[in-house]
Amino acid sequence: MLKLTINGEEKTFDAPPNMPLLWVLRDILGLTGTKFGCGIAQCGACTVHIDGKAVRSCLLPVASVRDRAVTTIEGVGATPIGAKVQKAWLDLEVIQCGYCQSGQIMGASALLAATPDPDDSDIDAAMAGNICRCGTYVRIRAAIKQAASGRQS
Amino acid sequence: MTGRARISGAVSRRGLLTGGLAGGFLLAFHLPLRAVNGPVQPPDATPGKFAPNAFIRIDATGQTTLVMPQVEMGQGVYTSIPMILAEELDTDFSQITLEHAPPSDKLYGNPLFGIQATGNSNSVRAWWKPLRTAGANARAMLVQTAAQQWQVDPTSCTTSNGVITHKETGRQLSYGALAVAASGQTPPKNVALKDPKDFVLIGKSLKRLDTPDKVNGRAVYAIDAMLPDMKFATLAQSPVFGGKVGKVDDSVARKIPGVRKIVVLDDMVAVVGDHMWAAKKGLDALVIDWDEGPNARLSSKDIWQDLRVASEKNGVVAKSEGDIAKGLATGDRLDASYELPFLAHATMEPINCTVHLRPDSCEIWTGTQVMTRVQSEAAKAAGLPVEKVVVNNHLLGGGFGRKLEADMVVAAVRIAKQVDGPVKVVWTREEDIQHDIFRPVYRDTIAATLSDGKIVGWKYRVAGSSIMARWFPPGFAKGIDIDAVDSAIDIPYDIPNISVEYVRAEPPAVPTGFWRGVGPNNNVFAIECFIDELARKAGKDPIAFRRSMLGKAPRFVAALDLAAEKSGWGQPLPARVGRGVSMQPSFASFIATVVEAEVDEQGEVHLRRVTCAVDTGIAVNPDTVMAQIEGGLIFGLTAALYGEITIDKGRVQQSNFHDYRMLRIDQTPKIEVHVIKSGETPGGIGETGVTAGPPALRNAIYAATGVALRRLPIDRSLIAAGRKS
Repeated sequence: MLKLTINGEEKTFDAPPNMPLLWVLRDILGLTGTKFGCGIAQCGACTVHIDGKAVRSCLLPVASVRDRAVTTIEGVGATPIGAKVQKAWLDLEVIQCGYCQSGQIMGASALLAATPDPDDSDIDAAMAGNICRCGTYVRIRAAIKQAASGRQS
Repeated sequence: MTGRARISGAVSRRGLLTGGLAGGFLLAFHLPLRAVNGPVQPPDATPGKFAPNAFIRIDATGQTTLVMPQVEMGQGVYTSIPMILAEELDTDFSQITLEHAPPSDKLYGNPLFGIQATGNSNSVRAWWKPLRTAGANARAMLVQTAAQQWQVDPTSCTTSNGVITHKETGRQLSYGALAVAASGQTPPKNVALKDPKDFVLIGKSLKRLDTPDKVNGRAVYAIDAMLPDMKFATLAQSPVFGGKVGKVDDSVARKIPGVRKIVVLDDMVAVVGDHMWAAKKGLDALVIDWDEGPNARLSSKDIWQDLRVASEKNGVVAKSEGDIAKGLATGDRLDASYELPFLAHATMEPINCTVHLRPDSCEIWTGTQVMTRVQSEAAKAAGLPVEKVVVNNHLLGGGFGRKLEADMVVAAVRIAKQVDGPVKVVWTREEDIQHDIFRPVYRDTIAATLSDGKIVGWKYRVAGSSIMARWFPPGFAKGIDIDAVDSAIDIPYDIPNISVEYVRAEPPAVPTGFWRGVGPNNNVFAIECFIDELARKAGKDPIAFRRSMLGKAPRFVAALDLAAEKSGWGQPLPARVGRGVSMQPSFASFIATVVEAEVDEQGEVHLRRVTCAVDTGIAVNPDTVMAQIEGGLIFGLTAALYGEITIDKGRVQQSNFHDYRMLRIDQTPKIEVHVIKSGETPGGIGETGVTAGPPALRNAIYAATGVALRRLPIDRSLIAAGRKS
């Protein structure tokens, strides 16, 4: 049996140690907010936080997480930064189909945790790994800035 | 845990997140997106509810449920359709509940298609009048009921936010209080619709109803379907188009923990497991010998060779005005041809479908643009009558035309035949890209003549696959595919002698389907690129040249002028930076777009700025119109910069986002969309940005370098070499 702390809750489950965290979250624990997009860490849809840092869960063996804290889209709203990002996303109506947006929001909240007042190049560097097929990038940039400043950008 | 059914979406309360901030429209939205199971309940048989038509139900508590005939795939239709209904119904928009419509062409067939389909940017266009009428009729029945109870003239009553008021006495009744009595009313005839100046919802940028659940992981897409005792499967289809499964060695795969079953069909192999990881590991461990069949030598080179030959032949005339022979014999002639590649859709939600097949029934969980088609195709595959197939639709993680097809449902049903209990079939991204139903290759040949700086003759021929012939045969009549010639037969310029032809040229073995922007993507690209080449030949500014030929199109002139003004057209630019313009008559919207791009010495292109002016008639939700164009531009520019599916040895050569590239945030330009106020009937918008971007980008490269590219995606080596393709 493996044990993980996810969104502050301890979860015990049976899984192969090399099974990527993504599939543990989705298929074993039923936390389907984290999305499968490419399986090769090229699109960012599967982004979660491990100890607050953005990580692609589709290639991350579950056993390597050990005792580090996992936060997913289902739990990020409980953090002040996550809540600010979610609010900015809705205020600026960033979302279209929404499938990539769990990953975008996780990426943006990790960015703001590390860099509270990011400039365009910080945003580019942190978010270029997240593909949005609906093309919401202009609003993602604006929403990150709004979440950072608390103001409408 | 896997045993938890999460098919129904959870209730969200937008107010928790946005209260006091967004300004204007700050209420708690309830959006339980319930999947409707089973046959449609006849509206008039719903006990205790007012159900005047297939779209509106009001219960005695006043709870108003609106049934969505079109599917939400990001385009905002789960907000614009409710706005149209609620506007005429005069209900309280903050208290509505939405429901996915069940499959029924009779009740929910798209008025422009006749079948229940979401596509061609026509949800608002098709439903504008029918849903306003549905809302107005329901309102009239409620007013009639109140007037009878009060014994007053119905015209002395007013409605607002789900409450009827008798003006003189101030008496009020809520829709809920009247629901039961109103069910007995006969639907009125010829009810007047609102004067657009009295709209209280339409025209406002109301907050979307579907997005609150999309920021916290609660939104349920088909891929998130979870059922008790569900198994997970992934599949491998023949890597060569049309190939068959030969021998399968599953000795290693069977030993992988969590692998439960290997399903071998004639054209695909699936591995069923306890989770996707087991299924995927199992699939990787299979040794499959494919019988590659007759297409094992198929290559892009041969496909293009065939298409070029076909496109030089005469086609079926789709439009003819004036005397094309005379027109082409007058003035200076220019000839060119343009080529567009195969494209994959690559919806962010990989293709998937969950099926629970029982001896006498089949239940499907999917995200589709074609509910009834999925139902009938699943029935055929399962060998069951249509009424035994229940389809649960979901929010779509992108559609783009890929989900106008039912192949993924048929595949899942075939696999499910060998599985006890429900099975979720998820395609890997590699399968998703290599076994797409591709946007076809097109070749367009154009000849035109110029006299006194004006076009006098225009002979345009499009050659490519007829998607309509397969998908919607009435759209392929008399040898003309109405999609393939869309925007070519309605070219907006004043040209006295025009001929437009269509050559049906089917690529061997490669399945072709609709791709966001559909036929206009091809035609607008070729037309607008060629117009720029003609402008240069005539020695005219590209916008001035276009403007001089728009005598019959005042809405275009306004859009073009606004795009020119807002983009700073004509203002000096640094070296190797250019501005390009495009215009399009597509989807009944009038759009002018200016792209500003920088081209470096290596031929790499950097997007700087995009300015778009759009007259789409009445913009039901202006912010959604802007969002659709912003996103559509990125979608189209992605294709222009990178999009191409190539084939070698009968196989698709691309497989995932590393070699089928997407534009990313660090390459995204500044985008400005200017929505022109209009009182005209709404046009379509979901696909327009896709069509707008590529020709404007190509013309910007042309302006910056003088290189007239005639093929997509852009060829950086040609730009660097300073030659035209």
